[in-house]
Amino acid sequence: MADYEDTQAGHGHGETRRDFLYLATGAFGAAGSAIALWPLIHQMSPARDTLALATTEVDLSPIEQGQSITVVWRGKPVFIRRRTEDEIKEAQAVELDDLPDPQTDAQRTKKPEWLIVVGVCTHLGCIPKGQATGDRKGDYGGWFCPCHGSHYDTSGRIRKGPAPENLPVPTYEFLSDDLVRIG
Amino acid sequence: MTQPWMKNRLVQWVDYRLPMFSFMEKELIDYPTPRNLSYWWNFGSLAGIVLVIMIVTGIVLAMHYTPHVDYAFDSVERIMRDVNYGWLIRYIHTNGGSAFFIIVYIHIFRGLYYGSYKSPREILWILGVIILLCMMATAFMGYVLPWGQMSFWGATVITNLFSAVPIVGDIIVTWLWGGFTVDNPTLNRFYSLHYLMPFVIVGVVALHMISLHQHGSNNPLGIDAKGPQDKIPFHPYYTVKDMFGLCAFLTIFAGFVFFAPNFFGEPENYIPADPLVTPPHIVPEWYFLPYYAILRSITFDIWFLSAKLIGVVLMFGSILILFLVPWLDRSPVRSARYRPIYKQLFWVLVIDCLVLGWVGGNPPEGIFVVIGQIATLYYFAHFLVLLPLLSFIETPRPLPTSIAEPVLGGSGGPPAAAEQPMEKAQ
Ligand code: HEM
Ligand code: FES
Repeated sequence: MADYEDTQAGHGHGETRRDFLYLATGAFGAAGSAIALWPLIHQMSPARDTLALATTEVDLSPIEQGQSITVVWRGKPVFIRRRTEDEIKEAQAVELDDLPDPQTDAQRTKKPEWLIVVGVCTHLGCIPKGQATGDRKGDYGGWFCPCHGSHYDTSGRIRKGPAPENLPVPTYEFLSDDLVRIG
Repeated sequence: MTQPWMKNRLVQWVDYRLPMFSFMEKELIDYPTPRNLSYWWNFGSLAGIVLVIMIVTGIVLAMHYTPHVDYAFDSVERIMRDVNYGWLIRYIHTNGGSAFFIIVYIHIFRGLYYGSYKSPREILWILGVIILLCMMATAFMGYVLPWGQMSFWGATVITNLFSAVPIVGDIIVTWLWGGFTVDNPTLNRFYSLHYLMPFVIVGVVALHMISLHQHGSNNPLGIDAKGPQDKIPFHPYYTVKDMFGLCAFLTIFAGFVFFAPNFFGEPENYIPADPLVTPPHIVPEWYFLPYYAILRSITFDIWFLSAKLIGVVLMFGSILILFLVPWLDRSPVRSARYRPIYKQLFWVLVIDCLVLGWVGGNPPEGIFVVIGQIATLYYFAHFLVLLPLLSFIETPRPLPTSIAEPVLGGSGGPPAAAEQPMEKAQ
């Protein structure tokens, strides 16, 4: 009853207890709804079993110099190329100024012989050509993405075309000379 | 005009409690409609009927479809080969998607030509653009469901567009996928949303209709009705006309379903999705080609903005700009019939959109890049420069004084004309 009289008394004065209660209730409701919304949004992020598939081990012993293999890591192709001397030299000789996304070859490899990159074009996600022997490897001897014409060099760096970045290097570790763990 | 069946006691009993009969009578039968609507006004009701066809065939497909990467493709093939009439239902759904877009695009260009977006129909127009956006989302996700090569790579390329968003782009894409590539979680959520969205569209269509019936249809002259003699009741005049249009549409549609069911399709989508092999030439469905051309027309960075980001912004912008049309076009005259310059620019815009579609279907090389850039520039210039400018420099032709005048000859006269058929018109 007291409240009722208070609000009556406050009427016409601009700010009243009722205004405060409206605001407080509204703010409480909004904050509560926002918190309740989060699980509904976050359920769409990768689930735990999806995340659990996040590492892949690869045996490197069967790969000859000049050969490439494709392995699957987190559902994406990863290109592993055992580069020839010429390819390594070519990759190391490039001036950084010539690169749209400047990175030295040393920053992109742990052992110069092994180039390991995610084989997904950084433009819109197509798989570049260049893994199979007969493939078009592009103007820089690495990979060529047919979707919108991006050329990558022997270090997986973007050289020409719409892709903005180099092929990403996944986190990986040499467990021994012949065994690498990706992820 | 009270319908005879409104005198039925049962009808009256129900109507007293749930006024559905009086609602129908008011909005579907007596509803006063301009007497001069042309066949361009058929496409709205046609779109509504196609929406119903899509929902009915979709629900039936869902009874046989399996949303899992290992089974989706095979379940669709099973629909085609083993399920009774499955081929028919699927071909109606697939071609219905294309028909829906043809109809809605005609419907939109009708609105642009006759200035139907102008006061007091701005909200009606905005709701229409929202329907278009919902349709695009629905069709995009539906196309992923059969899990063919184009399904997979189309989904990959389009979801990757969001990676152009600065800083949080990659987070958004991972969230959309529910993983690190388009995969089973992606297929599942697309299926869920593909089922949901058509019903959202039904809701927005209802608002679209409420907004339409508030002031009634625009008409080819683009002038307001001056009185009852300018309008006729919806039934039987336009119910019959809409039915006739529907029959014509269904005849053509059946021609595609039975004789060229894959005319709009892409053979590549009959190859099961392979996440490790990209097809040599990725093309979206035909109704997305103009936007795809705009996306790819940006091949250069501007300042710190990457070509990819600008392309994405322009692609979405090409539709969002439609929201602003009622305010970009300041001319008080609605119909292009009385706007000599606008009428020509309208047709240039139509051609421009067709050119964009043609460029979008071709590889982004050589001359196509240049044509795509010019057409993109023109598209935006039409809305942002030409439309506002026209309002100042164009001298409209004189408008008729009423809708009835050019039809009946002589002056339409004031609303007082008592012996006219429409006693209910506003
Ligand atoms: C706005 C209305 C709708 C549009 C524009 C639309 C569009 C599409 C498109 C373009 C496809 C791909 C067809 C193909 O490539 O063969 C598709 C597939 C499918 N749609 Fe819809 N759809 C709509 C409504 C619905 C509804 C209400 C359902 C109900 C669940 C549904 C269920 C399905 C299913 C199960 C498939 C996969 C089977 C197949 O590919 O033929 N659709 N839809
Ligand atoms: S996706 Fe590779 S160039 Fe566009």
